[in-house]
Amino acid sequence: MNNQGSMNAHDPKAVALAKEHGLSPAEYQHMLDIVGREPTLTEIGIFGAMWSEHCSYKSSKNWLRKLPTTGARVICGPGENAGVVDIGEGQALVFKMESHNHPSYIEPYQGAATGVGGIMRDVFTMGARPIANMNALRFGDPSHPKTRHLVAGVVAGIGDYGNCMGVPTVGGETNFHSAYNGNILVNAMTVGLADANKIFYSAAAGIGNPVVYVGSKTGRDGIKGAVMASDVFTEDSQAKRPTVQVGDPFAEKLLLEACLELMETDSIVAIQDMGAAGMTSSSIEMAAKGKLGIQIDLDLVPQREEGMSAYEIMLSESQERMVIILKPGREGDAAAIFRKWELDFAVIGHLTDTGRLVLTRHGKVEADLPVLPLVDEAPRYDRPIEPTPAPAPVSAKDYPLPAKPLDILKTLVGSPDLASRRWIAEQYDSLVRGDTLAGPGQSDAAIVRLPDSNRAIAITTDCTPRYVVADPHMGGRQAVAEAWRNLTASGALPIAVTDNMNFGSPEIPRIMGQFAQSIEGMAEACQALSFPVVSGNVSLYNATGNEPILPTPAIGAVGLIEDASKIAKIGFPAEGLTLLLIGEGKGEIGRSIYLREIHGTEAGVPPEVDLKVERHNGDFVRGLIHAGAVTTCHDVSDGGLLVAVAEMAMESGIGAKLDLPAEAGLLFGEDQARYIIATANPDAIEAKAGAAAVPVRRIGTTGGTALTLGSDSVAVKTLKDAHEGWLPAYMAGKS
Amino acid sequence: MQSAIIVFPGSNRERDAAVALKRATGREPLHVWHRETDFPDVDLILLPGGFSYGDYLRCGAMAAQSPIMREVKARAAKGVPILGICNGFQILVETGLLPGALLRNASLKFICRRVDLKVEKTDTIFTAKYKQGDIIRVPVAHGDGNYVADAETLKRVEGNGQVAFRYVGEVNGSANDIAGITDETGRILGLMPHPEDATDASHGGIDGVKLFAGLAEALAA
Repeated sequence: MNNQGSMNAHDPKAVALAKEHGLSPAEYQHMLDIVGREPTLTEIGIFGAMWSEHCSYKSSKNWLRKLPTTGARVICGPGENAGVVDIGEGQALVFKMESHNHPSYIEPYQGAATGVGGIMRDVFTMGARPIANMNALRFGDPSHPKTRHLVAGVVAGIGDYGNCMGVPTVGGETNFHSAYNGNILVNAMTVGLADANKIFYSAAAGIGNPVVYVGSKTGRDGIKGAVMASDVFTEDSQAKRPTVQVGDPFAEKLLLEACLELMETDSIVAIQDMGAAGMTSSSIEMAAKGKLGIQIDLDLVPQREEGMSAYEIMLSESQERMVIILKPGREGDAAAIFRKWELDFAVIGHLTDTGRLVLTRHGKVEADLPVLPLVDEAPRYDRPIEPTPAPAPVSAKDYPLPAKPLDILKTLVGSPDLASRRWIAEQYDSLVRGDTLAGPGQSDAAIVRLPDSNRAIAITTDCTPRYVVADPHMGGRQAVAEAWRNLTASGALPIAVTDNMNFGSPEIPRIMGQFAQSIEGMAEACQALSFPVVSGNVSLYNATGNEPILPTPAIGAVGLIEDASKIAKIGFPAEGLTLLLIGEGKGEIGRSIYLREIHGTEAGVPPEVDLKVERHNGDFVRGLIHAGAVTTCHDVSDGGLLVAVAEMAMESGIGAKLDLPAEAGLLFGEDQARYIIATANPDAIEAKAGAAAVPVRRIGTTGGTALTLGSDSVAVKTLKDAHEGWLPAYMAGKS
Repeated sequence: MQSAIIVFPGSNRERDAAVALKRATGREPLHVWHRETDFPDVDLILLPGGFSYGDYLRCGAMAAQSPIMREVKARAAKGVPILGICNGFQILVETGLLPGALLRNASLKFICRRVDLKVEKTDTIFTAKYKQGDIIRVPVAHGDGNYVADAETLKRVEGNGQVAFRYVGEVNGSANDIAGITDETGRILGLMPHPEDATDASHGGIDGVKLFAGLAEALAA
């Protein structure tokens, strides 16, 4: 390398090379200023990856700061591999949700599988054993020729990876919408359990300490994946298949067990998984957090293929790998553990006091860069924003019921967004470890018991993109509120949030406006509901050409259940129970599924989320469950009141006689902050609700095998056939 | 009663099995790592669910060649009862301790759900507490549970009354709806469903309890 002093980005070839690595001319100039000489290809690759949207959050960081991230339970907020919250009794939950959207569209099976692998690594890197997986999936319109293939591949990929790992996949959500035709969303979430005083972090420390590589060997897969994920899709995106990583869940299982075993010994200074941008981001982030230098001899990196260059080794996104900084003298014991698990273990370098990343390959220096500027001087953009104009409101009066309500109900429960997800859920092992108290569809949140205890956690993933696109602010608020409500309806005390912000190109002001407004809505809700954000992930450039996805700020959330015998499920447990509706609505049908599926329009204003009412009603319902007064509860969300009742009936097979007027807004409006409970003691609950000033209304009685509304009636089995039938028939090519 | 659970690097239901065994016997089972070939005398050996060595080849095929399985075979020859669940069943057929083979589910998809099983055989230490014809509800969670055997073997297995459990209704394409079989002595049982995940009211059913309770009673030392 020749030191040529200050450089200017005039050379068109160099500028083109930088562009290939996702660096704009201005960013390339900034890089030259930092490097101070002509950079090597490896160095350009490193800058391109570190300054990619995916790794640097350059468009989103200024907005993410607005989210509340602290609270009494927060041990570690955003910035580490995952968030950590204190759940008492010396235990902590470690969790995060992360996207693998672009790879999953190009190669659905491997893309989804490695998404699950990556998020599990983020969690066990911090010292936690993963105890549950969740996901949030968005596919294109069912009629789109690719959708079926993508659903099949993604579901199989998620299943095969999690099933092999022995981590139950306990729930999730799946939507279909044409806006995802060319860019699906695969968001995976893992929750792990750790000792609160044994959390492992990634900040390197101790000059001279060994830098260790463990796990699978490095190959040429996934090179430049982070750059690929920071661009919109074009016609030739399929040519990017080589940038998709290949997963090996068995290797990850070994890595999990080996890491947890090593963590039992007092050997680790810092640990970080190799995710996006592989060794580049892991080594640089660790060094930057410790304000140290790092020297690596790339010849020592275990390699799967011959003749790999420094560039390829540094930018490979081969899976199931970790970087560990060990305490001095611990190499032997640590190596023995990884040998036991038949994984590679190699000391590849050491920490230095130079503050520089120095990489050698075949004795030649391939990169010599200052660490801190790579991170601290990463571009930060205050992109122009254009707010989403307020949509014109619609009134339920303008969209009267075109048929008998129960016929409409049957159509709705069999529509793509409301149909049973059993075809998906049964491909996931939701039962392994034997602590799943409520798996897919049994409760509003998945419930997993903490091992060897009578405590449990509840987990949910939520977002309603059709609301967000209409009003990003209200939609952001609603996503958080619905997650909080689902945890509440299961009996859990909601404690913290992870967010997965999926949006289009931040360079388009309208899209950046969606992002900004969503964040504002989320921040309000998190504040009002004491629901801090402790981890998250941003995925931008989700668009094909000029067609962006629906803005999708997916929320993953966890809650705590102190007594696992005090939980609520949705199925009617018996006949003769009174159905009470907690909370009240105005009959808001804007952006409802009723409007879309029955009247063929996605118009109107999404339902209002009043955070005071949300909290008031939710706290009341949770109090009933804690007191043991309620064991059957379901929130009213997608599809509205009648759909919620039908879901409760279909889960148990028991019907209900409903006493409700045939009004579209009441039956199918999606007004927020509402719950249905089934109780044998309605008088007592009404008295309590009266005292707490919580609206309550009797809406019917459970019993029989049909849902009855006025003189109309439909067998629960008929509804169930429609509900269960759609997805299997669709996947078999029959609908 | 002392039991041993054989732990392969990809085993993942060893904890579920250990919890069920401990609940039934009051005694913590030994965990025997797959590289060990020498372990104390035990009253029962359990091969748990999971993905032994990744199972990228044929499920259980590599495990069948492992040193620990040579030792398990030797113990089986001495009459030590063996229980193989899910991946454990796959290993037992690959090892030849049980007849037949387990192929990819007919649906070609992983299946996790609670299924009904009919108890076909009660004259074994595994099934003594059930009644012939009992219908029990136990979860399955597997991608390769489709039991096959050539016509002659199938005839022999059926003729000897080696079928211990049968699915009620179609689950994975298994010949004669076979969910679990024993060897000719009845001392070795392999089954795809997970009775260990039906031993606690919170599992949504306790129909697996009798299997473990029966073992505890029969093998009480």
